[in-house]
Amino acid sequence: MLELSGIHSGYGQTTILQDVSLTVTEGEVVTIVGANGAGKTTTLRTISGLLKPSAGTIRFDGKDITKLSSHETVELGITMIPEGRQLFPDMTVRENLLMGAYRKGAQASQSQLMDEVLALFPRVEERLEQKANSLSGGEQQMVAIARGLMAKPRLLMFDEPSLGLAPIIVSQVFDVIDSIVKTGATVLIVEQNVFHTLKAADRGYVLENGEVVLTDDADALLENPHVRKAYLGI
Amino acid sequence: MDVFLQVVVNGLLLGGLFAITSVGLTLIFGIVKVVNFAHGEFLMIGMYATFLISTKLGLHPYAAVAAVVPLLFVLGMLTQKLLIEPLMSARNHDIQIFATVGLSTALINLALLLFGADIATTPAYGLRTAIEIGPIRMLVGQIVMFGVATALVIGLHFFLQRTRSGRGIRAVAQNRAAAQLMGINVSRVYMITFGLGAACVGLAACLVAPLYPTSPGIGTYFVLTAFVVVVLGGLGSIGGAFLGAMIIGLIDSLSGFYIGSDMREVAVFGVFLLILILRPQGLFGGRLKLSHVS
Repeated sequence: MLELSGIHSGYGQTTILQDVSLTVTEGEVVTIVGANGAGKTTTLRTISGLLKPSAGTIRFDGKDITKLSSHETVELGITMIPEGRQLFPDMTVRENLLMGAYRKGAQASQSQLMDEVLALFPRVEERLEQKANSLSGGEQQMVAIARGLMAKPRLLMFDEPSLGLAPIIVSQVFDVIDSIVKTGATVLIVEQNVFHTLKAADRGYVLENGEVVLTDDADALLENPHVRKAYLGI
Repeated sequence: MDVFLQVVVNGLLLGGLFAITSVGLTLIFGIVKVVNFAHGEFLMIGMYATFLISTKLGLHPYAAVAAVVPLLFVLGMLTQKLLIEPLMSARNHDIQIFATVGLSTALINLALLLFGADIATTPAYGLRTAIEIGPIRMLVGQIVMFGVATALVIGLHFFLQRTRSGRGIRAVAQNRAAAQLMGINVSRVYMITFGLGAACVGLAACLVAPLYPTSPGIGTYFVLTAFVVVVLGGLGSIGGAFLGAMIIGLIDSLSGFYIGSDMREVAVFGVFLLILILRPQGLFGGRLKLSHVS
């Protein structure tokens, strides 16, 4: 479904990704593992079109999307749930969710999507008429995930969904991610909580200094001595 | 008592003028985050266009709305696309201020070149006629302006709060990066918003032209008060700008009558200075949520 080959990307003159290639097939859950600054977020931003790669190609359903902007990749069904929630602070939760369904592919089924998504997030339903900036961090993360699902995504990308949350909230976030995965969604997830993410994923890529140094099935990566030492502290 | 009532009504009608000339300014600021110093010159262009349509084609100045509003919409979009957007990535936002100040100066001098410094008088078609309701006298054109200003503010409020496009525009104002991730073409929203703000001042121009003489410097005359109104209402707040316009209109009218007509501007700008010192976020900034977009 998604195919990156030989991607070089970064900010301005600074190149962060060096020759990154990866694939995600339909229905698969893939994770990118790496330290801070390894280029995980840069990879997601490049896929979504917020950053333009300086070399390499990105294909989605076989179609070259390398040069598309973010509003065009969103229309294709690529949805990114950004790090740090990034809600619309002065809008109600309901309005935030409706913004998720802004793309043409989701608009028509907006109210049906709302019902489906709220069934997954009973806590969010209680807060529908509240301003987003009045919610706690954990609630905001749930709204951010719910908003992402409102786009009826074909590929759902998570950027650090557990960052900055209390441990009890982190496990709730992972419960939600697990339930999304169970629906057969195609997911690309970047997360510092390597152990939990590899448990949920089918395959993983290890990114170091902007390069893919290792890729394998998630189970195998959990047993890999390098991964265990560097990312799991075992 | 009748005199007091008349002075208050005059103030509110003046407020209608201030509201309709400033609503576009606050819309552009609230969403694109650019202070458009050429706002007054957009008004001036609209007034000259109304003057030309009215005198050359012999049409009622209000009929010019059909041409002037689209003209200003396009002018606003072009300003955003060709002047502001290339500067948006600049680290120093002062550059955008210099750019719109430069545009303002260029437009004033272009008008001087084309029309000379003489004033141009748009036919009034009875809009400068006073009608009397009880003891109160009002100009027909002022009543229309007040009504249109009110309708415009309410219309913009509903557009921004209740429609999908309006929600998209507010999303861009509140979190640009997230708006991009929702599939919004941010540079297009900026263009449309700048166009809308300019179209509002185009509408204002058609209503102002039959009441006030047009000259190349007329924009500067009106825009100074518009800035006071917009800051008073809280930059970016449409409802705030409307209430701010009414307050400034009342101060202008009351001080002009009870203190002296030469003291009007002293009173208006005195209040402005007090607000800057005591409530720099504006009287309603951050509190009045009526269409507060940012």
